[in-house]
Amino acid sequence: MSETIGYILLTVGVAFDLFGCIGLVRLPDVYNRLQAATKAVTLGTAMILISVLFFTGFGAIGVKALLCIWFILITSPTAAHAISRAAHRSGIKLWDKSVSDKYAEDREGAEDKV
Amino acid sequence: MNVYIGLLIVCIFMCLFRVGRGPTAPDRTVAIDILGTLVVGFCAIFSIITKRDLYMNIGISWALLNFIGTLALAKYLEGRGFDE
Repeated sequence: MSETIGYILLTVGVAFDLFGCIGLVRLPDVYNRLQAATKAVTLGTAMILISVLFFTGFGAIGVKALLCIWFILITSPTAAHAISRAAHRSGIKLWDKSVSDKYAEDREGAEDKV
Repeated sequence: MNVYIGLLIVCIFMCLFRVGRGPTAPDRTVAIDILGTLVVGFCAIFSIITKRDLYMNIGISWALLNFIGTLALAKYLEGRGFDE
C-alpha cells in the first residue's frame, strides 16, 4: 500500500520537474523562466523526497528526506528572489510584452522620497 | 525506477541547454540553481534504489552548497561587493 502511494508521488514529482524544465527552456525572459522553473522544480523535488519517506519508512533515510524537504523549501525561494533582484538591478530588460513592473515603480518612489 | 532516472536526465539536459544558450548571465544562474535542485531529487531516487542513507547525506549537503553558490552568484551579478 505505501509503495503504491510512493510510486504515485514519485511520478507526480518527476512530472513536475519535467514541466518546470520545459518552462525553463520555452519561456521568453529571465523573470518568466525563474517563476516557472523555481516553483515547479522545488515542489516536484519535495514530492520526490516525500515518496522516499513512503518507500523506506521512518528510518535513517526517511528522516533525512524530511530534513532535506525543510531545507529545500526554505532555501530555494530565497535563492530565486536573490537572482531576480540581482537581474533587475543589473539592468536586465523585461520581455517587451510584459505589462507591469512594480519593482521599478517602487524603486523610483523610494528614490524620490530620499 | 529506470524510467524516473531517464526523465530526470532529460530535465538535466534541458537545464544544460539553458546554461549554454542563455542570452544573459541571470539565465545561466537560474539554470544552475535548478540543476542543483534536480541533483537532490536524483540522490533521493538513488537512496530508494540502494536503500542506503549515504545518498541522502549527499543530497542535504548538495542543497546547502547549491544555496550558498547561488547567493554568491546573485551578489556578484548585482555588481556590488560582498560586505556592503
